[in-house]
Amino acid sequence: MSSTMDTDREPVQTFTPREFHRQAHDALGNPQIRANFRRAMDGLMTKRREVFSDWELETLRELGANIRLRALAKLPDLLEQLEANCQANGIKVHWAEDGDEACRIIRQICERHEAKAVIKGKSMVTEEMHLNAHLEAAGIEALESDLGEYLVQLNQQTPSHIIMPAIHLNTDEISEIMHDKTGTERTRDVDIMTAAARAQLRERFMAADVGISGVNFAVAETGTLCLVENEGNGRMTTTVPPVHIAVTGIEKVVEHLRDVAPLYALLTRSATGQHVTTYFNMIGSPRKSGERDGPREVHLVLVDSGRSNIYQDDELLDTLRCIRCGACMNHCPVYTRVGGHTYGTTYPGPIGSILMPHMMGLEETKDLPTASSLCGACGEVCPVKIPIPDLLVRLRREAVGEGRGNVPGAGVKRSKKEVAAWKGFQWLATHPGVWRSSTALAGKLQALMPAKMGPWTDYRTLPKPAKVSLHKLVERHQADQARAEEEQS
Amino acid sequence: MTSAKLYPVRLYPPKPQKVYFFGTCLIDLFYPQAGLDGIRLLEREGIEVLYPQAQTCCGQPAYTSGYTDEARAVAAAQLGLFPEPWPIVVPSGSCGGMMRNHYPRLFADTEQAAQAEEVSGRIYELTEFLLHVCQLQLDDLGEPEKVVMHTSCSARREMGLAETGPALLARMGQVELVEQDRAAECCGFGGTFAVRHPEVSAAMVEDKTQAIEATGARHFVTSDCGCMMNIAGRFEHQDKAISGEHIASYLWRRTNS
Repeated sequence: MSSTMDTDREPVQTFTPREFHRQAHDALGNPQIRANFRRAMDGLMTKRREVFSDWELETLRELGANIRLRALAKLPDLLEQLEANCQANGIKVHWAEDGDEACRIIRQICERHEAKAVIKGKSMVTEEMHLNAHLEAAGIEALESDLGEYLVQLNQQTPSHIIMPAIHLNTDEISEIMHDKTGTERTRDVDIMTAAARAQLRERFMAADVGISGVNFAVAETGTLCLVENEGNGRMTTTVPPVHIAVTGIEKVVEHLRDVAPLYALLTRSATGQHVTTYFNMIGSPRKSGERDGPREVHLVLVDSGRSNIYQDDELLDTLRCIRCGACMNHCPVYTRVGGHTYGTTYPGPIGSILMPHMMGLEETKDLPTASSLCGACGEVCPVKIPIPDLLVRLRREAVGEGRGNVPGAGVKRSKKEVAAWKGFQWLATHPGVWRSSTALAGKLQALMPAKMGPWTDYRTLPKPAKVSLHKLVERHQADQARAEEEQS
Repeated sequence: MTSAKLYPVRLYPPKPQKVYFFGTCLIDLFYPQAGLDGIRLLEREGIEVLYPQAQTCCGQPAYTSGYTDEARAVAAAQLGLFPEPWPIVVPSGSCGGMMRNHYPRLFADTEQAAQAEEVSGRIYELTEFLLHVCQLQLDDLGEPEKVVMHTSCSARREMGLAETGPALLARMGQVELVEQDRAAECCGFGGTFAVRHPEVSAAMVEDKTQAIEATGARHFVTSDCGCMMNIAGRFEHQDKAISGEHIASYLWRRTNS
């Protein structure tokens, strides 16, 4: 990046799934974005491959899928069990129907403690509900402490990846942001920049009134909240401020403590190619009497936001298995080329394309399920074996269907013209006599076909229809064979 | 390799007397020679090839576009074309994957459920059949050359057949099989994806053609004509002298005396 970046910095960009095509066009034309994502995704794919030997992969994935399936099968019961055990441990449990309600609950807790400064650990659920904006509107400052999230927040952006929020930025861009927003000297030395961020964050941890974090696994049988991280900011967020609020979607619950180990092994390897992360936090209760640290108060906010609606559908239910590792985006050839912001959603990439339609409705997100070549790379790497390609097809069906399904906005893409086209295809493909003559006809009429076929021919030459169809070739071939046999006999 | 382990190991039957051949609509319309060459490879192994003239399309374009009812109607018209218990050979991982993996789902809870299950159990992709059932031996008569194999995503991931095409090419004495960078990455075709998201698809095929070109090979083969249409179409659009061919044609052309 040029050193003039601070003077010609572009205004804050907002992205929306409605504009997927335009945003994809912009991203594809941006060599910096293209290079940053390609490099990062190649690296992540390599790292994952290196830590997953084949047999481990299959064994673990099978186990992981089954653990998640079992948890979802018992979800209502497990949630009640989780609530009871958390409360027994002294953790206060709150239920939120949607993001707005969750924001209100969190704000009220903050207000009760007269909190002015909140420090946040990484949490995609709070991104879903735009918690920071909500708190700021109430005069409460929320600072992200995950390094990637911190950079994204400094740059007034949203995360472009669920595990690596600032993956769209390269070292030079980060250096500019740090210089521009925090006065750090311009440097390409990652250690200097990290140290600068650390110094700034350290003060804010000490001053924060409330710490807000996400949850990776909520264990029903023990009422334990597990948090996976590498930087230690998660531990600081959940232990230094006097109040800790953990926020999570209702699907993150698992039944047993023993379920956590395989899921953790899958999560870290799938996400960053690590056997273990630097920190694995298990939060069991607020500070007990006699203990010298830890928050005085711990809250758990369980957010629905469309999840129980997904839960009603036997097929779409598989969406909720997700453990948020990001492997599907790392391996997605579409995500790799357009980057996370292009999707205009909290969760980008394949998992976002099957999850966000439930959260935002198909009216907003109708271009996402089709933004896949169905190459299957996402499903192949998913640590809990979510059949992502099948679910993408299912949502395509919901979008063009008659709108009877449970998915909000179902039927939004139904057009008489397209229905007629597919009915026409159906008629042709179920009338073999007509099919044979029309495919032969296509060959004869090729001179009349347009040289340009819209988007296809902007980049590729269209093959010419064959003069003789396979049906006809086989007929001739069989006639030749019969003749040859006759001549022989 | 990894992908093979993702799918249950298939037990292959001994070489049958007869097979059905489902040519696919793309081959029927654009690449009939590939279909005929596939048939001739099978016949050379002493197998009688039955080609039901009433076949049209497996229904996949409608299926992946979300038009399930239309896809089912088209698929239903194919189900009755294979009454004898012979294997059904399909020269495409994409159509083969549709018929093998999605037909049972498509017809679940319908009157044709059992028939769909039965038919899907007899579906073989061509390279899979040539390698594992025919145990094809090839006497390569061609000039020495380098070639790249592009295995379609559906053959690779949906059918677990990443290795069958390369294994056949490895039996060709004069052919040096060279590997492209990111060989497992999609070429960007994806059926209607190429039409609905043309720019993303174009970026993908651009990278694919560059990877193929970088190998130094002047020829690539694939067992899926969708990928070929996409990749070869991109090369042709740029006036690059790199040509594509269905693996059936390639094998037949170089081994037919």
